Amino acid sequence: MGRKLLLDKAHVENIRLYDVYRREGGYRSVEKALKSMSPDQVTEEVKKSGLRGRGGAGFPTGMKWSFLAKPEGVPRYLVVNADESEPGTFKDRYLMEFIPHLLIEGMITASFALGSKTSYIYIRGEYAWIVDILEQAIAEAKNNGWLGKNILGSGFDCEIYVQRGAGAYICGEETALIESLEGKRGNPRIKPPFPAVKGLWDCPTVVNNVETIAAVVPIINEGGEEYAKIGVGKSTGTKLISACGNLNKPGVYEIDMTISVEEFIYSDEYCGGIPNGKKLKACIPGGSSVPILPANLLLKTAKGETRLMNYESLSDGGFATGSMMGSGGFIVMDDTQCVVKHTYTLARFYRHESCGQCSPCREGTGWMEKILLNLENGKGKMSDIDLLWDIQRKIEGNTICPLGDAAAWPVAAAIRHFRDEFEWHVTNPDDAVRRNYGIGHYADPIHVPVG
Amino acid sequence: MSDEKKLFKVTIDNITIDVEPGTTILHAARTIGGDVTPPAMCYYSKLKGSGGKCRTCLVEVAAGSTADPRPMPKLVASCRTNVMDGMIVKNITSERVQDARAGVVEFLLLNHPLDCPICDQAGECHLQDLGYEHGKEGTRYEFKRRTFEKEDIGPFIQLHMTRCILCYRCTYVADQLTDSRVHGILDRGDHAEISTYISKAIDNDFSGNMIDVCPVGALTDKTFRFKNRVWFTKPVEAHRDCDKCCGKVTLWQRGDEVLRVTARKDQWGEVESYEGKPGWICNTCRFDKKSAKDWVIEGPSNVNRHSVISQGHYVGMQKPKETMPEVMGGRAPKLLMDIHDVSGVNTIDISALPGPATSLNYKKNEQ
Repeated sequence: MGRKLLLDKAHVENIRLYDVYRREGGYRSVEKALKSMSPDQVTEEVKKSGLRGRGGAGFPTGMKWSFLAKPEGVPRYLVVNADESEPGTFKDRYLMEFIPHLLIEGMITASFALGSKTSYIYIRGEYAWIVDILEQAIAEAKNNGWLGKNILGSGFDCEIYVQRGAGAYICGEETALIESLEGKRGNPRIKPPFPAVKGLWDCPTVVNNVETIAAVVPIINEGGEEYAKIGVGKSTGTKLISACGNLNKPGVYEIDMTISVEEFIYSDEYCGGIPNGKKLKACIPGGSSVPILPANLLLKTAKGETRLMNYESLSDGGFATGSMMGSGGFIVMDDTQCVVKHTYTLARFYRHESCGQCSPCREGTGWMEKILLNLENGKGKMSDIDLLWDIQRKIEGNTICPLGDAAAWPVAAAIRHFRDEFEWHVTNPDDAVRRNYGIGHYADPIHVPVG
Repeated sequence: MSDEKKLFKVTIDNITIDVEPGTTILHAARTIGGDVTPPAMCYYSKLKGSGGKCRTCLVEVAAGSTADPRPMPKLVASCRTNVMDGMIVKNITSERVQDARAGVVEFLLLNHPLDCPICDQAGECHLQDLGYEHGKEGTRYEFKRRTFEKEDIGPFIQLHMTRCILCYRCTYVADQLTDSRVHGILDRGDHAEISTYISKAIDNDFSGNMIDVCPVGALTDKTFRFKNRVWFTKPVEAHRDCDKCCGKVTLWQRGDEVLRVTARKDQWGEVESYEGKPGWICNTCRFDKKSAKDWVIEGPSNVNRHSVISQGHYVGMQKPKETMPEVMGGRAPKLLMDIHDVSGVNTIDISALPGPATSLNYKKNEQ
């Protein structure tokens, strides 16, 4: 049984309320930080912990904080990215819904470290009820002196505001989020300048994921070095995984990044295997944007090592034979699923969510969707598969923000690993609409040629 | 002071020049000029904040600077990337760039209607030039092109949303030249469109400049609509005293008739600057002063030798021989429809005229 740092108290009754949360040891980290530490010490502690951004990119949080420009007389901002819209990811929702005070506590500590007197939670519009939960938690924290002027007599002032988005996936990209927070159209900005220099209202800004900020609480409570002892290598601490798809027990799990993918899928402690005796066909280990992996490459790396649930192991082999940890949206597909249809669904999502600012993404995502729909319906041609490959290649890396990459990678990975299924859709157009390709050879531990 | 200023050395396609710090790669390349200059569809040096969107100006940075000579992993938008000392940039010498640019051109043309034969922008369209210089000969797109609901945005400007490449230049014009912006981008992704939220005429003194900055035929001059092809008209520089703008314009004439008035453009297709200020012109100059008497003519404009406008001195044209009836054994070709009846645009038989039509022909016909 792995250690739980974020969710160990999640099932205490009424933990959502301040009194219960405080009784269970809440707000200790704020006391510790504000009374006995300087802002730089807090940042140093986060650096020592090796905490990596939980939103998807996995950038070291301590380093991000230390990049924040600190010019005299200019306010700095902390913005918490709760615009969790990645298909397959719902860990932040769980966290905010059940233990909102953990996020508020982490935000106060992080705001103290960054010198942010006004911090924001930018939450996706669809999480309408969570806004109420968070605002109640903020009000409770304020009534008990954890927010406002001169918190705990330390001279540090802090206010937290919740801002709702209007339902755009692109507003999860940090610069688009900042634009949206400023009340503008949510188009990603062109970088540089980075938000650490010019972010919200052109002031230095740090944008962090909900889970990242929540993880600050155990880091301060236990100390960065203790936190870094959990996990393997550069994947320290615990990570929330939102597992969904063909699983016996889908849901949000906190893992300590030492368990194997196989254990995570099949053990009763976690997902409990695949229902109805079906076989594992494929899996997207980190939210819809990361490359899909066939079963044979998911459980073992190309070198034959057991794949673990952590940043390094999941990306072992690069994009040729690996994937990414991403945001932890773990989507499992059994042998009744159709990879072509699945890829089409994702392409449709990215077409719908492209902001339309830069041309490769605006035009390319729609084109890919149309080709994939044809393939799925048995109306495709062999040349369409190569065309898809060429389109994704011309989108990837040529756009302003990572949405272009996120749209290109799933298509690229699906063609790379499941090309025979695409070809089957072309050669058997009648079967393509009636039944699925099945498991193919994906579960066999045979070598899969690269790209 | 100026001799103390340190200049940055930047190498673009093996040509090294010194530029001031803070210059973008695109500007450095424009200083060199010629083929080395990346094309730019959305960037407009006179509009703050423009650029970075169309991705046609992508270049490869082979070495970031002398201090940090690592190459940049991705292609960068040259219009929004500043040069560093010792930077090495590859544009036409990089296969990656050429490949990516051909891809961008294909993307831009994907949903473009390619209605150049009936588009007023044809002949001075940046997308035509871009497609000609950097595109592939065919498209691989096999689907229906997207269309939009038509919208009337006022008496002077015609909006053709299907031709738009979403460069955002017209929104910057409205933001930076006029008091209030009433149009913008609605929706997102491939269904994003330029529009006024509640159908509203765009009406202020400088709105006409939207036409000048539009790189394609999405925004065209209604007073010039279907009047003539640009390559049949003669651009002439002229000025008048105007209390709202600089009054320096290009008149597009046929004979003595002024068919159209635009701002003067420089070699990059942008509005020229006078004393450091962009020479935007007001709507009075653009739409109301359509008589040669209103203007002091300075002389003919310099038109790029490669432009189709300089090629348009057609005289003594002959109607091509009609071969179809001969091919079909004496039968006249059966037409599905007569485009002139359907469009309602051409009320006269153009082929019966001795030369290209002018508005005089239309006026006669209407009376």
